[in-house]
Amino acid sequence: MAALRAGAGGSVEADVGPRPSDLTVRLGRPGDLPAAAAVLIGPHAMALATVVATDETVMPDRDLKVRYVFEPIAPGAPDRFVTLLVSLDVAHPEVPSLTTAIPAANWHEREMQDLLGIVPVGHPDPRPLVVHDGWPPGVFPLRKAFDGSRRVPVVPAEEFPHLVAEGEGVFEIPVGPIHAGIIEPGHFRFTSVGETVLHLDARLFYTHRGLEKRMEGLMPLDAFYVAERICGVCSVAHGLGYCEALEQIAGIAAPPRARLIRSIALELERLYNHVGDIGNICAGAAFHYGTAMGMRLKERLQQLNERLAGNRFLRGLVIPGGVRLDLPDDLLGVLTTTLQDTLAGLDSLMGRIEANPSVVDRLDDTGILRRQAALDLAVAGVAARASGLDRDARREHPHGAFADPESPDLRVVTAADGDAMARTNVRALEARESIRLVGELVRRLEPGPLGVALPETLPGGRIGIAAIESPRGEAVHWLRTDGGGRVERYHLRSPSYHNWPAVALAAETAIVPDFPLVNKSFELCYSCTDR
Amino acid sequence: MLRIVLNALRTGVVTTRYPAERSEPPSRFRGLPVLRPGSSLPPPAVCPTGALSEHREAGRRHVALDVARCVFCGRCAEDPWAGAITMGRDFELAARSRADLRIEVVADDPAAPAAAPARDPDAEAARASSEIHRVLGRSLHLRHLDAGSCNACDWELAALLNPVYDVRRLGVDFVASPRHADGVVVTGPVTRNLETAVRRTVEAIPDPRVVIAVGACAASGGIVGEGYASAGGVDRVLAVDVYIPGCPPRPEAIIFGILVAIGRLEARRLSSRR
Repeated sequence: MAALRAGAGGSVEADVGPRPSDLTVRLGRPGDLPAAAAVLIGPHAMALATVVATDETVMPDRDLKVRYVFEPIAPGAPDRFVTLLVSLDVAHPEVPSLTTAIPAANWHEREMQDLLGIVPVGHPDPRPLVVHDGWPPGVFPLRKAFDGSRRVPVVPAEEFPHLVAEGEGVFEIPVGPIHAGIIEPGHFRFTSVGETVLHLDARLFYTHRGLEKRMEGLMPLDAFYVAERICGVCSVAHGLGYCEALEQIAGIAAPPRARLIRSIALELERLYNHVGDIGNICAGAAFHYGTAMGMRLKERLQQLNERLAGNRFLRGLVIPGGVRLDLPDDLLGVLTTTLQDTLAGLDSLMGRIEANPSVVDRLDDTGILRRQAALDLAVAGVAARASGLDRDARREHPHGAFADPESPDLRVVTAADGDAMARTNVRALEARESIRLVGELVRRLEPGPLGVALPETLPGGRIGIAAIESPRGEAVHWLRTDGGGRVERYHLRSPSYHNWPAVALAAETAIVPDFPLVNKSFELCYSCTDR
Repeated sequence: MLRIVLNALRTGVVTTRYPAERSEPPSRFRGLPVLRPGSSLPPPAVCPTGALSEHREAGRRHVALDVARCVFCGRCAEDPWAGAITMGRDFELAARSRADLRIEVVADDPAAPAAAPARDPDAEAARASSEIHRVLGRSLHLRHLDAGSCNACDWELAALLNPVYDVRRLGVDFVASPRHADGVVVTGPVTRNLETAVRRTVEAIPDPRVVIAVGACAASGGIVGEGYASAGGVDRVLAVDVYIPGCPPRPEAIIFGILVAIGRLEARRLSSRR
């Protein structure tokens, strides 16, 4: 606090919150933001966790606010978020850009410029991010006065100004948004000399559905079904993150058996993702036996999901207050057998990959993400750990069964090389760890209730924050209720949101034909980035 | 190499026989909701996607379910409405029109049948099956088009190519270019940012072409609905030949829908069943 005050020209007020272990620092002037952020990033070794911009013109302060949420990066640091809060005049909503000092702030700032009209002054790349195709100027969807239920017509627009390299022999390769395979949409503009990638400019947000606006004004229980459907392959993680944020606001906690089942579901989600991803990495390296085997193992796990939850993506298992379905003994038997078979299959698949020099050669030294770059971009999950960052939200921000005092021990896997091979190996080891964890979580199951009821009306004006380790890494959920206990603002910072810029960096160490492999080794979602 | 061959032999055939043999989903699977006439059916507000609606007709309370909008969350079948609605296990739900996906019951009289909505199903059925069937025969090459999905439907389409479902055995394949395609499978509600790409991709497919809307978002807008960034369903932008409900539809439900699209299986008309 003293350091924050020393650097600030205006007043600095600190409060506990949103959770008892957190701190919210209200900066008197937006101009004090860069100095305050520098103190958190530097001496306090924190990283940007999320940025939440809100329209509070109908609240007593009548302003726009931006909350920059930071978290410690040291392994095993206490579970704490520090929020820097700035208040902006709605007539001149300007705030100094942090992007040059904190590259992870880049997309956050462009997003708040598009959706709330908050200008990050000094941003090195202020191109539109979220809105495309002739979006009307001066229209900001996340302002409260904007009616989100009305369609905004598409207007033919000029070619988007891609960031490209220029020079003799340099050419551009446009790819997407519609791709050749069954994958999500995004546009990649490569500039290359021969096969070597000079620069990659990724334009995403094609799947922006306006889901955060869609959730505003809904009853918290109704909004849950939206949160669970932001992303298919992160359904459990995002559903759970929303639930934990909501339960904080409601002042309730899911009972122990429900927390164990939530963690089992989270590990099963990680497992089918990781196993399928290893298969897809084989596809990127043209190793078809591995692709088919990965798909088959993943299919078996998704069939297990359907038996447990009634849905192949485990939708309908987690609900606010607890879980909707129990795991009876007969299903636990099926679960155990399936996981034993998966472990044997995974070991066999990894054995075939490692014994196959043509695959190993494709993966080694391909798509390198350096540790410092991963740190600067606040990269999450497998990508961070494969570049030597020891980060895992299950340990840093305990959730599900990990929030219990005697929680199961977690072995966080890291690797140093930061290439596609490292990301493949980290996935394989994490998949094995998930199988071990499920076994341990199942052993801890004791009979007990599956949920607690949410209060009829929720307290108004409260904030809930939760970080969940999804299959792709830490996702940060921020939720606030309005006076009537409805959803006033919800924001999801998915792991893919921080990791996409890292893909572009890693691609610049590769050749164009290796890009699918680099991309698959990161395996990011478009839908939970774009929302 | 030898080990790979041995492993493959040891694994044997894992491919399903569906649709030649019936597929039985697991007991917890949430398929077509069954509305019991004459029971205390839930108020429409229960449904997070607005799939339920009610109106009064001749003094009776009619409750209707739009299966295209349903995300199969099961909330309307939970207490205190358990029994009035139950989640069935029927997953073969593809239909040729939105009207065919509407179920209506009279909530307060078990005996009174609800009127089927006015519609002209034969025109739509004829439009799709005659011309497409004539030109495309019994095989179909499809282009996948993500129009803003959450990726669950996309992954289920990808699963059709895995060794278990292997749709190529049925003469169905996914191709890289719209120029090589007989039609599209569209996932997602058509976001504003993809509307141009969606139109241009479909225009690049030679006529006659078949458009299949996969999943609740594509079929109706689903959980996303209509808004500043979403058209609220593929048929707001393109004519749709077949709707496949589900959130997401399981792979066999998509196979059923694709075979309906080429006239190899009969489409569903839920509204005529009571």
